[in-house]
Amino acid sequence: MSLFSTPSGMTRRHFMAHVAGASALALPAMQFTKALAANSQDLKKRHKSAIMLWMGGGPATIDIWDLKPGAPTGGPFQPIATSGNAQISEHMPMTARQMHNLAIIRSMSTREADHTRGRYYMHTGYVPNPNIEHPSYGSVVAHELDDQSKSLGLEIPPFVSVGGGSVGPGFLGMTFAPFVVGADGNVRNLQMGLDQERLMQRMNMLASLEKGFISQNRGDSAKDHAKILDKTLQLMTSKQMEAFKTSREPKEVQDRYGTTGFGRGCLMARRLVEQGVPFVEVDLGGWDTHNDNFRALETQKLPELDKAMSALVEDLEQRGLLPDTAIIWMGEFGRTPRINGNTGRDHWARSWSVVVGGAGMKGGIAVGETNADGTNVETEPYSSQDVMASVLKALGISLDTTFTSKNGRPMKIANSGKVIKELFA
Amino acid sequence: MSSLTGTSNRRLSHGGWACVAAIMMGHALLMLASRCSADERSLAKVDSPSKGRKHLAQDHNIPQVALINDQIRQGWAASGLTPSGPATDAEWCRRLFLDVLGRIPLVEEINKFEADRAPDKQLRLVNELLSEDGPYVEEYARNWTTLWTNVLIGRAGGSEEGSLINRSGLQQSLRRALQRNMPYDRMVYELVNANGSGRPGDENFNGFVNFLAGNLSENGIEATAKTAQIFLGVQVRCTQCHNHPFNEWKQNQFWEFNAFFRQTRALRRFEQGSNDVTFVELANEDFGGEDGNAEEAVLFYELRNGLTKAAYPVFFDGSELNKSGYLEDVNRREELAKWMVKSDDLGKMIVNRLWAHFLGYGFTKPIDDMGPHNAPTHPELLARLGKEIRGHSYDLKQLIRWIVLSEPYGLSSRMSAKNKKDDPSLGEKAMFSHFYLRQMRAEELYHSLLTATEAHKTLTGDQQEKQSREWLSQFVTAFGTDDNEETTTFNGTISQTLMMMNGELIKEATRTDKASFLARVAANEKLSGKAKIDYLYRAALGRSPSNTERSLTDQLAALRKGDAVAALQDAWWAVLNSNEFILNH
Repeated sequence: MSLFSTPSGMTRRHFMAHVAGASALALPAMQFTKALAANSQDLKKRHKSAIMLWMGGGPATIDIWDLKPGAPTGGPFQPIATSGNAQISEHMPMTARQMHNLAIIRSMSTREADHTRGRYYMHTGYVPNPNIEHPSYGSVVAHELDDQSKSLGLEIPPFVSVGGGSVGPGFLGMTFAPFVVGADGNVRNLQMGLDQERLMQRMNMLASLEKGFISQNRGDSAKDHAKILDKTLQLMTSKQMEAFKTSREPKEVQDRYGTTGFGRGCLMARRLVEQGVPFVEVDLGGWDTHNDNFRALETQKLPELDKAMSALVEDLEQRGLLPDTAIIWMGEFGRTPRINGNTGRDHWARSWSVVVGGAGMKGGIAVGETNADGTNVETEPYSSQDVMASVLKALGISLDTTFTSKNGRPMKIANSGKVIKELFA
Repeated sequence: MSSLTGTSNRRLSHGGWACVAAIMMGHALLMLASRCSADERSLAKVDSPSKGRKHLAQDHNIPQVALINDQIRQGWAASGLTPSGPATDAEWCRRLFLDVLGRIPLVEEINKFEADRAPDKQLRLVNELLSEDGPYVEEYARNWTTLWTNVLIGRAGGSEEGSLINRSGLQQSLRRALQRNMPYDRMVYELVNANGSGRPGDENFNGFVNFLAGNLSENGIEATAKTAQIFLGVQVRCTQCHNHPFNEWKQNQFWEFNAFFRQTRALRRFEQGSNDVTFVELANEDFGGEDGNAEEAVLFYELRNGLTKAAYPVFFDGSELNKSGYLEDVNRREELAKWMVKSDDLGKMIVNRLWAHFLGYGFTKPIDDMGPHNAPTHPELLARLGKEIRGHSYDLKQLIRWIVLSEPYGLSSRMSAKNKKDDPSLGEKAMFSHFYLRQMRAEELYHSLLTATEAHKTLTGDQQEKQSREWLSQFVTAFGTDDNEETTTFNGTISQTLMMMNGELIKEATRTDKASFLARVAANEKLSGKAKIDYLYRAALGRSPSNTERSLTDQLAALRKGDAVAALQDAWWAVLNSNEFILNH
């Protein structure tokens, strides 16, 4: 049979399955097609997902989640009551009404107060090591929930990063790399502008080139390239790409999230989770407030955060998704309790807060405490690993999972973090 | 590779180019003669190469190449590795063009190199690419300007609104320096000690100020960290707040180094009647000290336990500077620049940086974190090459010549059972027993596509630079943090593949209208149908198609029903999208 003959009258999906027979490249696409089980609708309702809200730059958690009114370090913001037991900043009024769904971990104590290192550590549970690249949260979750993605017939990438602030897949490979999109949800270069038939003929030609080079024993990057080609092809022909389009939502919904980049990102996260994407990360940068911290928070950062975060939690709850969707709010570190000469706060990792919720984690509580001026953690300190272990447990991922890094070293999932008990009490 | 074994199985080419080669060879030999005498004087103590190996790689009579070959071989012997065979001529040539000029070679350039039978053809090609009055001097300067700009201010540097960095200003000064092969120590001195306006066209324009311009807020913490890291391979950022837990650096050293930048000011200059910063002027001013005593201008930093300590300028080697903050007594930054260019670390760092550029991995991981806590894979080679480059007036082209003519640079990327374990991507020590595959940089892809489609002839350098910047921005995310951190998705992601399959750049490269590259290939009467496909494969991959590949393109041609351009377009698209194209091998 010629590689380039195309029987007439075939649907797109049949056609793909057909050419798959002749092409090693298109094979996984065919497997996905076969895996579309009859019960996928059921699964869709109960699938596990996580949404990370990444606060790039290091947010001043002392001004958001763990206020110290009256202390010399406290700053001008006042705490307000919430729908849960914990108080939060007066500039987060809408989120305050959702706090029964969220838990504040106030006893975070980490050691990495440099952006690059902190971002890596909080995303992976490991400190940077030149000889090994650790997988980030999203890659770990996408990898562990791969069977779920397959049974859902997921055709779009299992780990989406809105804004691109995430960390890579490390030794789990490019298949679990973050798929980076802008907040507008426009995926660039999606259309080839050729008919399906000619695209497949080109792909077959390409498959032959790929195989030839791979067979020359030049290393893994040659193979990885072929795998990503495959994923890309799958995505180009998928109707699921609609999930990226927040403009399909009613205007009032868009307005509730806010017409900011972060607002659209959070709305996209909800749509992607509904589509079955196991991990979505949404970035909100601009927290590196060495100067003029309070004005930046009050006039820009907190209003944007408050609107989008509260709408997301509310929507997930209303749509019955919250019991299966974990939410993680964090940055690379907190900021100094001491207010510097520029009315700013500097990098601070010793005592700060992270917020989690959903997927069965207990809401409405504050876990742990800092001292009167916020400079020290008074209760058991928690780490990036501990937060990760707790989120993974909530997603039903076994903490006994051990990965093997590329050089054969066993790597415990979440770097052997301990589950934070209060979240599951 | 024929030139390594001294034999060749290639047919002798005919035609006029052999004469050209002979003339160039004469020129190259002259250059070599003058160079060799200097090299031999300075490198009298190179050990004789290890004995016992039957096929010694050519060292081109350059002692530093012999040094590299010998040291790298000792590493293979000690780790029980057998090196891969040499890369083919075409592979080596492609590699060299990509790494030196930032683009793949033209078909004519590969053909010419393959047809050359002389044993010194590698040396001659290297000298041609590096020659200061040869045809490649502009391309060399363009490529290394890009590379240095990315090192100094990142890919996003200067692109933000209101940025204090003038990217094209930096590029202009770098390009001028690289065109005339400014010694590296001079370049570092100029960057660290730069004063003036960063905006081209100003009377006191000095593009080099743009390295420090964006790093001087918050008392120059980033200027401190970046200067130490980029030029000396010393990572001090963490020691800003505490003694480093894993390396030998202490908190006081960070602030003592920082003290050198305290007379430096980035003065914002505004457009008349507006609040928009239009340019930045870097200048030195008296530093009054944080306690108001300029005679002994002190700065204070805080220990983790809350205690405050004082710091004055002290170099890493412990030598102290006059404590005065008055410029008429001492110009701290100038003294720093003078001290840096004398430091051993400067030589080692540039060797490590260029080695990593050409071989894919440096002697340390990461390359800019050196010191006793991070043992290099080849400590003696690193130290001796560092000394050599210092002894050769920090001539970067000389260092490039030594590296690209060495045996490890010339090895095939095909692994064997006897060196498969030498894989640094798995976390193993890099022993360089085969060439490590690596993806082209985004800029390299851009210029390679221009070259492969011969579009580079219709655009000026400035137009190319502008277009490539616009195109590149889709892959770059800046985090907006104080350390100017950024990330790229041009690293084998789906986004990159989508761009390669469907993006504007590829659409442009696979155009079929009358004036297009493909139309010209299709209309070329000198090329038979078979030769046309051959030409495309050679243009992108530097090799001819295999029989299978040929038969697939034949089938394709049949399907396109005689539309030759359309069939070429499909084949060209596939070739450009292949792993073999994007991976430097």
